[in-house]
Amino acid sequence: MSVAETIRDDVAGERGFQSDIPDRVLHIDDVHKSFAGLHALSNVDLDVRQGETHAIIGPNGAGKSTLLNVCVGRIEPDRGAVVFDGDALTGKSPHEINQLGVARVFQTPEVFLDLSVLENVMVPALSRRDGHFKLNPFTAFSGETEIRDEAEAVIADVGLKNRIHMTASSLSRGDKRRLELAMGLIQHPKLLLLDEPTAGMARHDTNATIDLLRKIKERGMTKVIIEHDMHVVFSLADRISVLAGGRIIAQGSPEEIKNNPKVKEAYLGEEQV
Amino acid sequence: MLGTFSRSDWLLLVIFSAVVLTLPWTLEPIGAAYPDLLQKFAIYGIFAVGFNILFGLTGYLSFGHAAFLGVGSYAAVWSFKLLTMNVLPALALSIAIAGVFALLIGYISLRRAGIYFSILTLAFAQMSYNLAYSVLTPITNGETGLQVRAIRKSAEVSLRDGDVRIIDQALGIPEVGVPITNLFGMKMSGYPGFYFCAVLLIVCFFIAMCISRSNFGMMLKAIKSNQNRLNYTGIHTRPYLIAAFVISGMYAGLAGSLLSITDPIAGAERMQWTASGEVVLMTILGGAGTLVGPVLGAGLIKYAEQKVSSWNEGILHGAFSFLPEPVQDFVVEFFSFFVGEGWHLTLGLMFMIIVIFLPGGVMEGFRRLRRAFANGASPPPRPVATTTPIAERD
Repeated sequence: MSVAETIRDDVAGERGFQSDIPDRVLHIDDVHKSFAGLHALSNVDLDVRQGETHAIIGPNGAGKSTLLNVCVGRIEPDRGAVVFDGDALTGKSPHEINQLGVARVFQTPEVFLDLSVLENVMVPALSRRDGHFKLNPFTAFSGETEIRDEAEAVIADVGLKNRIHMTASSLSRGDKRRLELAMGLIQHPKLLLLDEPTAGMARHDTNATIDLLRKIKERGMTKVIIEHDMHVVFSLADRISVLAGGRIIAQGSPEEIKNNPKVKEAYLGEEQV
Repeated sequence: MLGTFSRSDWLLLVIFSAVVLTLPWTLEPIGAAYPDLLQKFAIYGIFAVGFNILFGLTGYLSFGHAAFLGVGSYAAVWSFKLLTMNVLPALALSIAIAGVFALLIGYISLRRAGIYFSILTLAFAQMSYNLAYSVLTPITNGETGLQVRAIRKSAEVSLRDGDVRIIDQALGIPEVGVPITNLFGMKMSGYPGFYFCAVLLIVCFFIAMCISRSNFGMMLKAIKSNQNRLNYTGIHTRPYLIAAFVISGMYAGLAGSLLSITDPIAGAERMQWTASGEVVLMTILGGAGTLVGPVLGAGLIKYAEQKVSSWNEGILHGAFSFLPEPVQDFVVEFFSFFVGEGWHLTLGLMFMIIVIFLPGGVMEGFRRLRRAFANGASPPPRPVATTTPIAERD
């Protein structure tokens, strides 16, 4: 039995959680995280199933981004475990987590500002193909035609075809978000974590992003989305978890969440539901 | 790799090679066409090109690269003392030892980034410098410096007073007078020494060009641009940084070796922090991150060091002889602060002007000139790029 399985089953056994959910890809188990006495995350349990789009919603300061940071190794939890596809992510470095098949799209665009749009997308593709380190000082970057073709297709998918040779620093914030999305998509991750992927986009671009994410879903990619825009959440999510004050207060289908009184009280507000 | 070089890459390589190989003629008008200075242009050009692989591509500023220059110099002289006066084993030994040394220092220093990395490398280099003057005197010969000697006649003579040169003795190569470094009999001083350094500079430039255009080079540029993002992209940045540091250290070791090849004496002053600072100046002055810039910067600084430092009031009077005498005296008095021993003042001013007005170094100046000429010839096209809405792509 692997360490991850041991952690998972021990914790599940102690706390009476289901450890046999079919097709479970991501299992967040009793995660705690405090910052200077402030409980950012408390007893957080979450399961994400293969191929689903799982939205995490909650008011500002609910702990959504902290939870994503715990998943990608940016923040070490005080307690609890994150298990992805049988591997414990807790304690792993961000590059190891990415190599296991978890990619992240950041809330604030994190791109390579000095590189072109094409180079920005080719770098993650090389990482996927060559692993975390490959000493190849005599392999020409310009000779990577297969990777370049694939990158061009993904860049066209996110609508940046006309800006392919521009440096990332010259893109607008919305375009940087698209570029980030392309950087995540080119890796064909098993799990894509999206932190407010449509923030800073105009409505028609938001709708286009929704279409794109739906299309990805058809390819079977599992996604976790943090989003404030309820239009995006209810357009994409198969299941929704609601975080408030660092705790999961509700989980279920979009319909169940819409009708959940706790959610109405904590987040959505009567008039929106 | 070669198949993917563009026409402009080949053109750059050919022009660079032609310029380097014709320096003995082209530098004649400015009085810089003598072997000693030409050798320094090529050697420090190699040092700067290597330094640029680390600083220019990754943005990691090492203040301790002179340590590798010193290690390369000592290794080369030891090769002359123990093995042969032929320069090839000296080159190989210097590059290998500098590489191992760089691996050790890089492994520790690259645990930190930014100013902490710079300070760590500076500390290591200063430790090396002080060790060379103190406890390592049996290896470095302290303040006197390590020199080649005639082959010792008896085993009783210490290594400090006589060399062994096992390979030369085994091959029965005769030695008359002061031992001279050679490449299969061709002496490595004067113009042959310069051409040897020049060919190595071209080879080093070519390798740096390959690295810059490679997948590895792209990862180094991505580290400089956003190292944090690269980690989340699945890349373990530390091995890339260590590799760049070691390659850069090997370039410095090669440069140090060439210093000993053209003048077979190695002293600890080559490891001093001022030498580390000099290569930083060369790279920034020429243009960090560019291929040609560091070589240009090295040439400018070595020219200033050799020529401006040799100017005196007599030369200044000659240069300003067209002025009326009272004005001439004032001007000469003023400029005398900047020549001779005051050449560092000239270098400092030159550096300040470049950094303030041309942060990208001399190469940025060339780029601006080219743009100005291009714009003068035809008005710049208006940007027409627009974002394609995602929905329209289908």
